Parts: sequence; C-alpha cells; structure tokens
Amino acid sequence: MQKSQNIMLELKNISKSFPAVLANDNISFAVKSGEIHALLGENGAGKSTLVKIIYGIMQPDKGEIFWQGKKVHIANPRAARALGIGMVFQHFSLFEAMSVLENIALGMDKKISNRILEKKVQQIMQKYGLLLNPKRIVSTLGVGERQRIEIVRALLVNPKLLIMDEPTSVLTPQEVEQLFLVLRQLANEGCSIIYISHKLQEIKALCDRATILRGGKVVGECNPKKETSKSMAQMMIGTSLKTIKKSKKKKFADIGLKVNNLSLKKQGDFGVSLKNISFTVRHGEILGIAGVAGNGQNELQNVLSGEIVLKDNEAIILNGVAVGKKNATERRKLGLCAVPEERYGHAAIPDFSLNDNSILTARERKNMVRAGMINIKKAQDFTKKIIANFNVMTTGHAASANSLSGGNLQKFIMGREILQAPDILVVSQPTWGVDAGAGSAIRQAIIDLALKGAAIVLISQDLDELLELCDSLAVINEGKLSKPKKVGDMSIEEIGLLMGGIHGAVPKESSSKIKVETDAASA
Amino acid sequence: MNIDLTIAIIITMVGASTPLLLAALGELVVEKSGVLNLGVEGMMLTGAVVGFAVAYSSSNAWLGILAAAFAGAAVSMIFAFLTLTLSANQVATGLALTIFGAGFSSLFGQPYTGKPIEIFGSIFPPFLRDHPILRVFFDYSPLVYFSLIMVFIVWWFLYKTRAGLILRAVGENDISAHSIGYSVITIRYGAVGFGGMMAGIGGACFPLILTPQWVEGLTGGRGWIALALLVFSAWKPARLFLGAYLFGLIATMEVYAKAAGGIFKILPSELWASLPYLATIIVLVIFSLRHKASSSAPACLGKPFIATN
Repeated sequence: MQKSQNIMLELKNISKSFPAVLANDNISFAVKSGEIHALLGENGAGKSTLVKIIYGIMQPDKGEIFWQGKKVHIANPRAARALGIGMVFQHFSLFEAMSVLENIALGMDKKISNRILEKKVQQIMQKYGLLLNPKRIVSTLGVGERQRIEIVRALLVNPKLLIMDEPTSVLTPQEVEQLFLVLRQLANEGCSIIYISHKLQEIKALCDRATILRGGKVVGECNPKKETSKSMAQMMIGTSLKTIKKSKKKKFADIGLKVNNLSLKKQGDFGVSLKNISFTVRHGEILGIAGVAGNGQNELQNVLSGEIVLKDNEAIILNGVAVGKKNATERRKLGLCAVPEERYGHAAIPDFSLNDNSILTARERKNMVRAGMINIKKAQDFTKKIIANFNVMTTGHAASANSLSGGNLQKFIMGREILQAPDILVVSQPTWGVDAGAGSAIRQAIIDLALKGAAIVLISQDLDELLELCDSLAVINEGKLSKPKKVGDMSIEEIGLLMGGIHGAVPKESSSKIKVETDAASA
Repeated sequence: MNIDLTIAIIITMVGASTPLLLAALGELVVEKSGVLNLGVEGMMLTGAVVGFAVAYSSSNAWLGILAAAFAGAAVSMIFAFLTLTLSANQVATGLALTIFGAGFSSLFGQPYTGKPIEIFGSIFPPFLRDHPILRVFFDYSPLVYFSLIMVFIVWWFLYKTRAGLILRAVGENDISAHSIGYSVITIRYGAVGFGGMMAGIGGACFPLILTPQWVEGLTGGRGWIALALLVFSAWKPARLFLGAYLFGLIATMEVYAKAAGGIFKILPSELWASLPYLATIIVLVIFSLRHKASSSAPACLGKPFIATN
C-alpha cells in the first residue's frame, strides 16, 4: 500500500452553531491522500454537520477549509463536486419512482447524453464490482443496491475525497464486506475517504486514522488498529461504558406468545406480505428477529401489536388465548404491549405532552379512565414515574414529545410500556439512532423485564444488539421467517446469508471468501 | 347518424376539450414539481376576463391571449410567493386563489358583460375551413393546435430533457434534490408560473372562442375538472389528452342531446348538463379505489419544502 503524505483536505477552527446548540466548536483536522479517515462520535457529536460543511450543504460560521493546500470556499454541493469531493448520504438521496440511470443523471452537474452516461456507469460498475441494472426502478431495489447507486453516482465525478455517512447501518454483513473491498480499492488508487460511523469494529477493520468528536469538539485522534473498541468507545462518550448484566443460566417458563402460520397480504404498493410465520416465545425468553430493513419487520410488528387485525384468530395465541382477531387495546388488556420502530408519530404523538402520550397506551392497564373520564392525577403520577425511573431528560410531564431528543423519547416510550408490567412485549428497533448511554439503559431494561418473566420479541437490524440481548434468534427475509435457533448455535455468516435470502446454504470456509451475490438473489 | 352531425359533434368536442386540456397540462407540470395548486379555476377566470378585456379593447385576439397568459402567470405568482416562499398551506392558498379569481373576474368583467366580440376562429382559408369534410381538421381556433402541440412538448420536456428530469426529481423527493444541489424553490416557482400561464390561456378560450362574449363565471368549474383529470390520467400526458377529450365529448352530448330529441328526451336536459361533473366524481371514486392511482402521484405533492439550512 503506497501512500503519499500529501494533505488532501484540512479544516482549521471550524465552528457552526444552530439555535440552542453549538454543533461544531473550533474543529481542526486533516485528511491525507489515500487515507481512510474515520470520524467517530455519538449522535449529536457534530459529525454530520461537519461533513455537510465539507460538502457545501452548510456554511461554517467561522473557520477555514484548505483543499490540497489552497484555501477554498465551498458554496454548495456543486462547488464541492467540482473540487473532487463526493458524498454518499446516510439517508439515501434517491428518487423512488425513477430508474437507476435517471437517478445517476440527476447527480451529474453537466449535461451528458444518456448513452455516454450509461457507458461510463457500466465502466465504473465493472471496475469496482458494483452490480446494478441501470433500467430498474429504484423502488424495486434492496438497500444494498440503493447504496451502490449512491456510490456509483459519487464515483462518476472521479472524486479525490469520498465522504461516507454511516454507510453500513442498513447492510448485511456480506454487503459490508463488499463495500469495504470497494473502499480499500479506492484508497489504494489515492482517493481519500472520510468514514463516519459509530460502529467501532468496522472502524478498526477499515480505517487508518480516526478523529473522535464529542459535543462538537475534537477530543482525540487515534490509530483505530491499535485501539480496542472499548478504549475508543470511552473516548467517544467520555465516561466508561456500563457493561450489560445478563444472567448466565436462564430457565424459561411456559409459552407466552405463540404464532401459528401467520400470513398477511401486502398492504399498499410498498408493503411486504408475511408468509407462514411461526414461532413461540416462552416467559423469560427474548426472541430476536434480525433482517435487513423492509423485509416485513414493520408488518410483523403491527400484526403482533394488533394494529393490523388478522382474519385467522388462531394465528396469534397469548397465554393460551387466541387473539388474531383482537385489536391493540384488547391485546393490551391481555398483557401484550408494543413499541413500534418510528418514535415520532407512531409510538408517540409529537405535539402531545408526555402525559397525554402515556394515557394513549397505558389508560387500560393503569386504570386511568373511569366512566369515560380521564383521571389526570393518575396519569401524571404514572408519567412522573416513567421520567424518574428511566432517567428521561425533560422539563417535566407536560413537555411535548417532540421537545425530547430521540434517545430520551425512546427511553420514555420504553418506560411507558415496561412500567405497565407487560406479560409480553413486542419491540422494534429500540436503540435506533439512540446515543450509547441511552442505548445501554434501554437494553438493560429489556433484559430486566425478561428476568421478571416477560416474553419478549425484539425486532432489530443491529446484529450486535441482537446477539447481546437475545436467547434465540430468527431472521426475516421477504416476509418469511427462518426457524428460530439458540443464539450460540448460529454463526454470523449463517445469519448474514439468511438476511440476504439464502436459506440452508451455510458456507464451510471463512467469512472473507463469501461471494456477495446475495443481494441480487433477493431482489 | 349522418356524417355532417358526426363532424359537428367532433368539432364541438374539440372546442370544449381545449380549455380543459390547456389548464390540465399546466397543472400537470405544477404537480410534477410537487406543488398542489387548487387555484386552477381562479387562474382560468382571471385569464378569461383579462383576455376578453384586452381583445375587446384592442380588437386583437392574439393580444388577448397573450394578456391572458400573463394574467394567469401573475396570479399564480401570488400563490407561489405564499406557498413557496412563505410556506403557507397549499390547499388553503389554492382555494383562496379560486375565490379571488371568481371575485376579481366578476368585478373586473362587469363593464364588459354583453359586449360583442369577434370569435377567435380558424385562420385557414375558407375552402379548407368551410369544406364539409376537411373542416374536421381545419375549422378550429389556433389555440386548439397550440394545445395539441403542448401535449407533445410537455411530454417531451418531462421525460426527454434534463430540466424535466430535475423537475420530476423535485416533485418526487424535494429533500434529496436539495441535497444534490438543485434549487427546489426556484424550480417550483417556474413550474407554478407555467401552470398559471396555461390556465390563463385555457380560461381565455371561453370568452374568445366558445361563448364568445364575457359572462360571469363562464368557466363553469372546468378548473376543478382539470384537477380531477390529473388523477384520472395518473399524471401522464398522453392519458391526460385522452381524458380531456373524453370529458369534452361528455360535455358536447348535452348540446346535441337537446337538439336531437328522440330517445335523448328521456332524460331532462339538466341531467345532461350535469354529466361532466357526475363523470368526474365517478372517475375519482373508481380511481381512488385502486391503490395504483395514489402511488403514481408525485411523492412530495402538496408538501411544503423548507430548506434545513
């Protein structure tokens, strides 16, 4: 690996403030050419703001940017691309109803005929092994393929610096492996890469250098290959992480939730149908459901919670009672509580106070309503208890839900359901976009609830989380659920292949040799 | 049915369809950019009254059309400023624009009521436009040919040009388009202005070609039908053309049912007159029952865009 020590990009004393927050506080750092440089930090540390400044989406309040030694002013993304800066966004900036080629054409600054563009796209796809059909409509593609569009789009301008904002949060392990091959190939050709992530293992595997941000400031720089994940995490959050306590030997009681051949026709054009899903969860057990986003997780969550009512009453059985035809309120009375994935607008109403939000799901189990009248006192006491027990940072029970940060609102929602002492809890993506401190508190709460004898279904895309918390694990792909297995009995490769839609094909060789055609097979 | 009657029906149908087609094509571009302008009726009325006033005063129909286009675009800019720059609610603002257009045209048109004007008819030589058969091709106002050319131009613009691609992208995902570096607001201003211009010209068809005189509220809700046509056509130019002509045919039936008598006498003429509106409701109900219709709408339709920085 030959790497010159030329500085590609240098930032000096960049500051950017928003109303109420100082997102970047006097940040300086440099990226060498051909270097894969990690920007590491929790949510809200200022990583995204910083790269938006580099890419010209935002302007810094103060500070200077040097590009290949020259001072530059990056007025907009177009100017950034003209310099040779490309960016792949965390939330893809794609147009669902348009074809792959149209999406790529939209990212080009100059007018290019479709024929020439298609030729160029083919060249790049072949060179880096980024397989795509340019005629496909984006809404029919999987997440891995969508990311490839973004990468091809960024590579078309021959970037000297590529910014990747949390690129792996939605990929299968095999897709991650393939992405890393592409990034290493680019770095070898002299392209610098700024890699944003909070996944420490990935940064250790990929990056040459890491700049660590906390609260908008640079708090350190390190060589990730020489650090441990734990030491980097501590730099990132500033204090030492609590390790999650999990009892070693667990005994499970009788079956709490039984799902028999559950099927659901797809709802709407972008929905996923569920096909013959069966599993059981015993009291005290946490069943994890892994899978790449959009493979039926939302549908499964809504069917289990009772938001979607089934025709087959026997498909879902709670403690021996068939509830397939019962709605969410009736299921709550029987002891099933649920936390959907989307916090703002689904699990909580953003403009309602925390108090009103507690009434919405806890009114039955906490006897807040008598003869149609709400017992405000009871509701307030319950809300205050959630805030105190779950350490929710807020101005009080009357604060509106959207005044809370994502992590705090999630703690509130988890607290609201857990304090209702559910017999069965179905929870989706409990720590998505939540900072590490709140995340570990939420995980601990889930484990504690299981210890008290609740049966828990945990739907998540975060494999580390599933492996950490769950007793058994199943994978959902295109609406089909694999047979649940004990967590110790499944290898990461096996889970990854199931996520990509390949059943029963467990490779015998090591993980680095896996051919990543899984995405194409699932599309 | 004899050939003369057939030709007469076709010519009436084409005339009745043209304002609808013009307004709907304009609104197609507006909605493709993600803006829902419910003020089509108001812009048509504004175009109609201004077009008539200018044509009457100058005795030049061409000037009238030009003024109508300008007036339509001008009122659409009020809408654009309120909804795009000030992020006002598009539905409420669009409704307000319609009420404004109705009021303005009635006030401004007062002095012109009952004034005669020469019809803005065919510009082809008499042997073509009066020929018993060939007149089916030539006995139309220039605006009819203009509307047909615009079907093609709008289609070509939306699907074959880079500017059209960008416009559709803005309507599909405004946040992404902004993050790539396109100016969502500027593009939407342009689209709304084009929509206003087309609605203005469409409105001017009534007093200059169809009526031909100024009558208060003479568009008769065609602006609303144009909006419904977009749903019916699933936002596709070719289907928009078919839809507009289908509605034109239904509207024409009123006229000929009255004249034909016979079996058409079974239904009262008021019912025939209400057919285009009934058809609109039926079509909307049928299309909203199918899930496809809603998903072919531009994804950002009606949502205000506020840049995050």
